[in-house]
Amino acid sequence: MAEQVKLPNEGVYAGVEIRGHEVGHIVPVRVLIGVWLALVVLTAVTVSVTWVDLGGALNLWVAMGIATIKATLVLLYFMHLRYDHPVNAIFFIFALFFVALFIGGILTDVQQPQYQSELIRGYAPEMNR
Amino acid sequence: MAESSAAVRGGAGVEYPTDNYLTHTQGLRSWLFTLDHKRIGVMYLVSVLASFFLGGVLALLIRTELLTPRQTIMGADTYNIIFTLHGAIMIFLFIIPGTPGSLGNFVLPMMLGAKDVAFPRLNLASYYMWVIGAIFALVAIVMGGVDTGWTFYTPYSTTTNTAVIPVVLGIFIIGFSSIFTGINFIVTIHKLRAPGMGWFQMPLMLWGLYATSIIQVLATPVLGITLLLLIAERVLQVGIFSPAYGGDPVLFQHFFWFYSHPAVYIMILPAMGIISEVIPVFSHKHIFGYKAIAYSSIAIAVISFLVWGHHMFVSGMSNMASAIFSALTFAVAIPSAVKVFNWVATMYKGSISLATPMCYALGFLFLFAIGGLTGLFLGSLAVDVHLTDTYFIVAHFHYVMFGGAVMALMAGIHYWWPKITGRMYNERLGQIACLLIFIGFNATFFPQFVAGSQGMPRRYFNYPERFTDYNVFSTIGSYLLGLGFLLVAAYLIHSLFRGRPAPANPWGGATLEWSTPSPPPPENFEEEPVLGDHYDPYDYRGLVYDPRIGGYVQQHPH
Amino acid sequence: MSDAEAQPPQPPTPHMHEDPHENAYLAHHFDTPQQQFESGKLGMWMFLATEVLLFSGLFCVYAVYRASHPEVFEWAHRFLNVTLGGINTMVLITSSLAMAWAVRAAQLGQQRLLAICLSLTLLGGFSFLGIKYIEYKNKWEEGLLWAGKYKPTAEALEHLNATGHGEAAELGVATTDASSAAGHGGAVASAPAAAVTASAPAPVVIDGVKVEHSQIAPAPPGPQGMRLVERAGLLHLMPERAPRELWIFFSIYFLMTGLHALHVIAGLGAISWVLARSLKGQFGPAYYTPVDLVGLYWHLVDVVWIFLFPLLYLIH
Repeated sequence: MAEQVKLPNEGVYAGVEIRGHEVGHIVPVRVLIGVWLALVVLTAVTVSVTWVDLGGALNLWVAMGIATIKATLVLLYFMHLRYDHPVNAIFFIFALFFVALFIGGILTDVQQPQYQSELIRGYAPEMNR
Repeated sequence: MAESSAAVRGGAGVEYPTDNYLTHTQGLRSWLFTLDHKRIGVMYLVSVLASFFLGGVLALLIRTELLTPRQTIMGADTYNIIFTLHGAIMIFLFIIPGTPGSLGNFVLPMMLGAKDVAFPRLNLASYYMWVIGAIFALVAIVMGGVDTGWTFYTPYSTTTNTAVIPVVLGIFIIGFSSIFTGINFIVTIHKLRAPGMGWFQMPLMLWGLYATSIIQVLATPVLGITLLLLIAERVLQVGIFSPAYGGDPVLFQHFFWFYSHPAVYIMILPAMGIISEVIPVFSHKHIFGYKAIAYSSIAIAVISFLVWGHHMFVSGMSNMASAIFSALTFAVAIPSAVKVFNWVATMYKGSISLATPMCYALGFLFLFAIGGLTGLFLGSLAVDVHLTDTYFIVAHFHYVMFGGAVMALMAGIHYWWPKITGRMYNERLGQIACLLIFIGFNATFFPQFVAGSQGMPRRYFNYPERFTDYNVFSTIGSYLLGLGFLLVAAYLIHSLFRGRPAPANPWGGATLEWSTPSPPPPENFEEEPVLGDHYDPYDYRGLVYDPRIGGYVQQHPH
Repeated sequence: MSDAEAQPPQPPTPHMHEDPHENAYLAHHFDTPQQQFESGKLGMWMFLATEVLLFSGLFCVYAVYRASHPEVFEWAHRFLNVTLGGINTMVLITSSLAMAWAVRAAQLGQQRLLAICLSLTLLGGFSFLGIKYIEYKNKWEEGLLWAGKYKPTAEALEHLNATGHGEAAELGVATTDASSAAGHGGAVASAPAAAVTASAPAPVVIDGVKVEHSQIAPAPPGPQGMRLVERAGLLHLMPERAPRELWIFFSIYFLMTGLHALHVIAGLGAISWVLARSLKGQFGPAYYTPVDLVGLYWHLVDVVWIFLFPLLYLIH
């Protein structure tokens, strides 16, 4: 019962001795700073990439890709998802799956040629004339 | 195990335990600020039943108006307001929060062997969010009501002069109550199961509530943003849904049904959970196909998000989307059918006792089967075009929501009534009332299938002469239904004062809430339940009826 | 907490836990601080999932209207100030860093650092709102608001039409009537929604190149001038004047940034509450859940902005 269990957090951090009772992961300062630097650089990249014409919708996808990388960095390190109980990440990804379903489902319908919002009675694009 | 304590106390008859959650603290404040999940469950129960009463009165007004083909007691505009309020109150104030908020709150921690839900304050906040939302709804009624139908379709909802904003704001707030309950249940099930209770040792009620909570957490925010956009449309004219500014009203329907179809499963999944408890207990037989029922709950929750388009077949949705949604609609019937099969198989060769909860459960099976199968008719594209906006739809969703969700809620209320109040109700009256409700319900809604298939449109205050017979029949049925509920209210209230004290385990259930006295102590269990290695909530061996206490006791703990 | 090391953190086993009140922050229905901490975190993550789905509604609106009115988005985003948007992105990222550092300080019991980090986070949030206010004020003055209030001033329109030029190689003026309109401003506000739609395209031939594109129907109050621009080897027909339903973009812009700003305000309230409690020394290695959970919320607000910035400001 009184068996000594070594916690992942045990040790000396910034001159403070930590043992035993606390829970959760402590992110090292260099990781925090490193993530912040990466975010700043990626923001600069995403702004400058708009000056280059990549053609078609590629600009949009590049911008979204960079934003996804940035968001992932925040989620993994600032929000501790990498160190947490996996159920938190699973739920979050599960929610993103439903976001994709929601937006994807509606977008597929709205882009079909037979999609007719005009069928609704009272729909009157000419109403303002 | 802990059951023995009940047996000892009940040596000759049962004594009402003096220190329980109802008597532990006294006074109004001790209720209003309680963090006890059981008291919050009771407050929810009283509140949702009050909403049910209000919605029921409105329903009887609707049926009375439809007694004759012409104006009977109200004009067209009043009728629009009445059916809108009936729908909105029944759905947002009663069915959606009903079972999870009341019975779910009461039994979930006890079934897990926990002292409370994970976040008791959030739980109380959930209740008060419901109250605030209900107040907004009442304000809207005072302001003259709302006449859009409970679906608030644009462009009518952005142009009508009735009190759309208070109602929509109220429902937005009730959304928080739903989300809070959902978060609480998911975390409680994940983190507070009693030591030794694995996922597959949980009672199936908890699988039902877990699946419900997933939908509440993932779908309700979409309703939230839809309603916010609707309010923005009315206040600021943002032109997202309003065609006057180039907005797209069909987009509103997409948004609305992305929530509101899964919401149908928020209503039915806890009901299925209740039925999964009641049927094995009153068949005195182990549940058949535990894992199939558990997994099918999750399957229903996930697939429910894939079928929202079947509400929009004639709204201007594209043919491709219609075809996809129609096909997926058939898919969602499969897990429901799996459940029905397992319930029937559980009863097979069981020793069935027709106590009141079981009567309701049997009624559920019958009515839910009709409601579910007619749903398949409506899921087929061509048939739906014929039946859309007729009374066939009205009959179909009442068979699912009333025949399914409400019958199961009634089963659950009767099943857990001894645990909640510590009193037994009159069994004979319970059975009679159940029969009355069953007959009244079918008399009300079955004719509507016929009238609907012949083309009687919904949401009109008058109708062609040839539909008169169906409507008279339906209205008489609705009065019978109302009578049945009055009888239920009478004997339940009577039992509170005159009912015989309930034993710990009156029905012979093996889930943990039956191992603690009725009503339970403030922290649910006199000592923390410790589960054996092979705990099984549907293992009824060793439970023996003791006529001296009128309940079951565990004979040989194993 | 000197006797704390005797307690294994996991799995939560009730009877190991001799005295439930040794940790004043441990609620009665939890067995271990670990169980309580993980429950709080899971609950917060579920709440964040609901926030994501709430915002997804607006992202969906964005996707639907950007797909159906790409020209509106290409024109209107030029009105947003990329510099201010970029600065705001940096501000929010930095305040996120301060928040993450605050959690670390709380975990280590560094009370002074905790208060400093939380104050910096607050500063970042208020700066963000300040810059947002400047942007909103500019839009208000230019009359570039959501549909119901969309009344662009003459200067704003001139600016818009000016910025449209010179971005891509202009090949020539094609189609409709080149008599580009005077008296344009008033018409914009009341133009019908479906003015710019693909309608029966007749291929246009310019310098021997057959150009296939969606024809932009002439709008009733006065035909719009069109010009061809070359982009990535393809010819695009761009309206020379701003498309009429620019309000769609500004509606979406105000809805998205407005909902986000409401979340920033809520976050500032929560951080202030945590700061007040930290000044009383209520957080330390044994208990820092509120700091952690408020931090998660703040980071989510940051993540939402990370997507809003390119979608609204950086349309190519």
